[in-house]
Amino acid sequence: MSAVTGTGANRLDSIKVGDALPERLFSPDIVQSMLYNAVLWNGHRIHFDEPYAKEVEGYPGLVTAGPLLGDWLHQCLEEWLGDDGRITGIEYSNRIASYIGDTVHSGGTVTAIDPATGEATIEVFIKNEAGEIITPGVATVRFGNG
Amino acid sequence: MSGLLSDELLSTIGRQSEPQREIVTRRDIRKYAVATGNRQRKYLDGDEAPPMFHVPLFWDVVELDQLTPDGVSIDSLLPKFPLEKAMAGGLKIEYLKPVQPGDWLTATRTLTDIYEKQGRSGALIFYEVVMDITNDDGELVIREKTTRILR
Repeated sequence: MSAVTGTGANRLDSIKVGDALPERLFSPDIVQSMLYNAVLWNGHRIHFDEPYAKEVEGYPGLVTAGPLLGDWLHQCLEEWLGDDGRITGIEYSNRIASYIGDTVHSGGTVTAIDPATGEATIEVFIKNEAGEIITPGVATVRFGNG
Repeated sequence: MSGLLSDELLSTIGRQSEPQREIVTRRDIRKYAVATGNRQRKYLDGDEAPPMFHVPLFWDVVELDQLTPDGVSIDSLLPKFPLEKAMAGGLKIEYLKPVQPGDWLTATRTLTDIYEKQGRSGALIFYEVVMDITNDDGELVIREKTTRILR
């Protein structure tokens, strides 16, 4: 007997290793960058002061905040999960910088499923326009009411 | 080891921040959900906090004269390292309980490790900070470990 209960238990039966998560495009602009960093209380000028970012720190543009990319990994997972489960853990790293005005996209693949615990392991990513993975991650999600 | 890490520096391992207690509000959740481009109604309406809401909740609120000219706040938990150029870091987050508006949460940050490795172009210093977030019943709600690399 499975310990997994609730509507999420049925969902668990329908997923399999290798399933791809729906991809989503993100095109952050300067307004979103300002609002995001203001919500954090992050005053680092590389996120909203373009002359500073370019001339003083030598970036090609305004830098997209690292934890914002991390948040998009979570959104990728949650939009796929719906109300059938929740994220119990994630590990990710910001490997390559991304800039305001770039379009990036999120996605992922189911890599393991444990029907006994109702848990699944998902590899997630943010890729840039060149197709490079800029923010790789691995998450654990749990289906059902557990 | 090339010995970048002095005994004095290593003795800061275990250093802990003052616990910081904050309240989760519907308005703060809504602002975070909008700013991150979230599309789920429960977050946009502030009925529940999305994962990573602890990031804005516990970002240090420092006064203007404590910011450097580039707008960065100094992390008082950290010692002065002999390498200063920050490279990409990683995060590991465990979510143990959901977070709702009205919750009071307390975060305590601990400098849990400092170590050195040889990279391809020289020595690297790694440090780890763990933030434990508990509710008023003392239960662990979220644990976040940040690893940063200096070169």
